Amino acid sequence: MTAANAVTDGSKNSGITKNSVDVRVQKQQGEFYLDVSFTAEQAGVTALFGPSGAGKTSVVNMVAGLYRPDRGRITIKDRCCFDGEKGIHLPPEKRRIGYVFQEARLFPHLTVHANLIFGMNRQKPSDRFVGVDPVVALLGIESLLKRRPARLSGGEKQRVAIGRALLCSPDLLLMDEPLASLDQARKEELLPFIRALSTRFRIPILYVSHQMEEIACVADSLVRLENGRVTDHTPVSRNNMPCPGMPGTCRPRTGDRIPGSRDTGRFPWDDHP
Amino acid sequence: MQGWHLTPMEWEALGLSLRVSFLAVAVSLPAGIGAAWILSRCRFPGKGLLDGFIHLPLVLPPVVTGYLLLVLLGRKGIIGGFLYNTFGITLAFTWKGAAVAAAVMAFPLLVRAVRLSADAVDAGLEDAARTLGAGRMRIFFTITLPLMVPGIITGTILAFARSLGEFGATITFVSNIRGETQTLPLALYSLTQVPDGEAGALRLCIISVVLAMTALVLSEWMARRFDTLMKG
Repeated sequence: MTAANAVTDGSKNSGITKNSVDVRVQKQQGEFYLDVSFTAEQAGVTALFGPSGAGKTSVVNMVAGLYRPDRGRITIKDRCCFDGEKGIHLPPEKRRIGYVFQEARLFPHLTVHANLIFGMNRQKPSDRFVGVDPVVALLGIESLLKRRPARLSGGEKQRVAIGRALLCSPDLLLMDEPLASLDQARKEELLPFIRALSTRFRIPILYVSHQMEEIACVADSLVRLENGRVTDHTPVSRNNMPCPGMPGTCRPRTGDRIPGSRDTGRFPWDDHP
Repeated sequence: MQGWHLTPMEWEALGLSLRVSFLAVAVSLPAGIGAAWILSRCRFPGKGLLDGFIHLPLVLPPVVTGYLLLVLLGRKGIIGGFLYNTFGITLAFTWKGAAVAAAVMAFPLLVRAVRLSADAVDAGLEDAARTLGAGRMRIFFTITLPLMVPGIITGTILAFARSLGEFGATITFVSNIRGETQTLPLALYSLTQVPDGEAGALRLCIISVVLAMTALVLSEWMARRFDTLMKG
């Protein structure tokens, strides 16, 4: 990221350091040995890219706390979530992460609104950096709030899932192939939202995909995984690669940040387009 | 014979049966849900043994179960003696004992039905809830339990029906005392043993059918309501 992003907005967020997510994990899974380490910056999309079976989902689940590495260390925003040597293993509910799964995993007995506030409800208001209304507006799901997941399309489900993860005000957003189960039209409908997340909220996103087009569209840096190892870690230049059906979304990202937005939960640029 | 009018004995049997069955279901439901969840979600040594123990009343002859209850819960039994000496509770030959017998007999059916629905709840949803900051208790009460409702309805109806029909364990454990432990099946049995009992037996038979049908229709209706809710 550029220097502009490292500048804090002079408020409560001054604790943010450059490297927000640091992952070093090792795990023996039968014949398969996973040994991955990478660092993600504080407010950008880091893509985990690789073929099926490269260990992408395992890594994300380890970061989420759903899967325990044998050795290593995971820190999110300077908070140690896992340390093999010290025996630290925070459960997922204590990690302050948001996780968007491939198959949405909305709670079928709850309305969209109840799904959205499921995680948020448990948090102290002072820990929240975003409220329901801006997220609902950003994702365009106003008309769905009273429905239950059974009556949503695949793309709508995924948008609600993104909103739900975002509303826990996470320190890190994990997205495990969030578009994989959608057709091309739905993908193009959702990519702008993911793009918008990374530009509008100051949270790092770890984005798993095996689709290069998706990564070219949303990612700032690319971690290439093969056979359980990191083979490449490079920045992605996105500026000359327009995303399908989303004009203007690939503009440089440093200019559109408004100081203070993170604390108020409102987005001034929504009023001044 | 007085035709369609129930005799006091039959009224007593009906009231007692309902009381016994409701108590049996009320007591076994929370325990059954807990046991089903443990069998569905936990792995520990001796799990097979627990599973077998829970299912024992389903495969044992009911009279054997009743006899075991009498040995354990009778006033001189290990548990029964403790209950009597500490709390002054007597189970053997009382209607509460009949409820215990019904609960024990119905328990495996309840657990089986609820466990099926617990197995059907996607563990991925529970993982998702964890990443959203919910601890175990909150996940159970806000995600797992509501999604187990269809199985809980089925299990409750099965348990209720089994309790209404309980005979062998009941007569062995608490005997056949009119007004105290003489439930519908026991009254029906008694009526078949006396001359001129046919009309009464037929009435009790019809009542049993009506009760069972009502329970079945009620459970169907509740299951459909739940289904509609989920599709809303």
